[in-house]
Amino acid sequence: MDYLTRMGDGRPVRMSKEQIKADIEAGTKDAAEKAHVPELSGAEQEHLLEIITDPNRLVAVEPGREVVLTHDVGPLKVMADQSNSGVSIPCSREQAMCIYEKAFSADTAELGHIDYSFKPVKPIITQEQSVLQNVLHMTILPIFYGAMPNLGLYYAPDGPFPEPIGLIKDRKIGEAKESMENAAHRFVEDLEYITVRLYEVGLDALNIDTTGAGGDADFYASLTATEKIKKECPYLCVEMGMAGEFILGFHTELKYQGVKLAGLWPHQQASLAEKAGVDIFGPVVNTKPSLSFPLNIARAVTLVKHCVKESKIPIHVNMGMGVGGIPMYETPPVDAVTRASKAMVEIAEVDGL
Amino acid sequence: MGDPFGMPIAHCAASGMGGIRTAGDMVARMQMLRYRLKDAKDYVAKKLETDTMALRDEFEMRRLRERLNIGTITGVPGVARGLEAKARIAEILGIRINAVERLKELVKL
Repeated sequence: MDYLTRMGDGRPVRMSKEQIKADIEAGTKDAAEKAHVPELSGAEQEHLLEIITDPNRLVAVEPGREVVLTHDVGPLKVMADQSNSGVSIPCSREQAMCIYEKAFSADTAELGHIDYSFKPVKPIITQEQSVLQNVLHMTILPIFYGAMPNLGLYYAPDGPFPEPIGLIKDRKIGEAKESMENAAHRFVEDLEYITVRLYEVGLDALNIDTTGAGGDADFYASLTATEKIKKECPYLCVEMGMAGEFILGFHTELKYQGVKLAGLWPHQQASLAEKAGVDIFGPVVNTKPSLSFPLNIARAVTLVKHCVKESKIPIHVNMGMGVGGIPMYETPPVDAVTRASKAMVEIAEVDGL
Repeated sequence: MGDPFGMPIAHCAASGMGGIRTAGDMVARMQMLRYRLKDAKDYVAKKLETDTMALRDEFEMRRLRERLNIGTITGVPGVARGLEAKARIAEILGIRINAVERLKELVKL
């Protein structure tokens, strides 16, 4: 007998129970070896096998094990175009937020600028304050404001500092590092400016999303910004969602509170985030499109389970397309999504997604 | 990322608390104060004078939300909405909600 499952790019594939079992073992072993964390136990691997081979199209957690959901991109998923996985429903962002609350039954909702990077928000901050104020009046659920640090926007040709990867290729290592440090400092200033103004009109929480996409300088900037924001906005919740499972060392020497940032894995990232003042941490495990769903979800659950165990703050694992075991496909197959959801809750024991 | 049905709606159905259909919004507010999942559910259940299984149950929470006047998923005329409901939630849970604090300051003026 074989079972319908998926590849990491979403393609349907049929696998025998033995093949699925072998991929689960390979996935947990790979994660454990790379991040120096424990493998899933025999019982946990068996539970994962049961979830994957469940004969039903959709699966769900046992009653009483439900978790809190926070969301990235927010209204853009409803009213924007494909660049945000949006479905282009013609409506305002205020209306889209109400759809999240009332039609999706979301636990929280997130407002965001159409570009979904913080830098472009600064010159139009009054517009964002105005929309946020409307949303806060109309909704009951907690409202987050989210965007990406996206340090790339601070480099030429879009920003004021020289593009560092080109400098590295030209062996101008010192100049490249200086450019990354300047970009990080400018981002901290920008995020502080934006957040203080959103807090003034009553923002519940900030989501610094896709942190680390620009490497260790990006993570450094986000941690430093969080520390400053928590001093200026003491009643603001800060959520930090990551871009990848591993902090890429573009700069390589940046440290936060004495810890070198390049090369950190999710459980190590969560620890630093908590020290910076982050209240909810969102680890990422990247899906490998050419490998199977069983391997990817086993790998993701292994890394996240240890992160949950080590953390003192709530862990909301990233579970969108291409992360957390979810196939890298814009319309993620719901059989895989619901299986990944159940596995993260029941085996990794996350606080939320 | 991922389209609404494939990502947020699928997760909400598979493992979400249920938002304002149940008590998901309130458990979320406690997590925002760094409460881990179990502690957040225990806190909300205690304040609502119910048990944690009721927090995720549509039948129980619909009745409780109407009785406490803290907002419902369907448009019931007269039941607290938006900021009105948040003000009552802040009082019942004994927490600070930033938009409610702002309203209180404005009303004083």
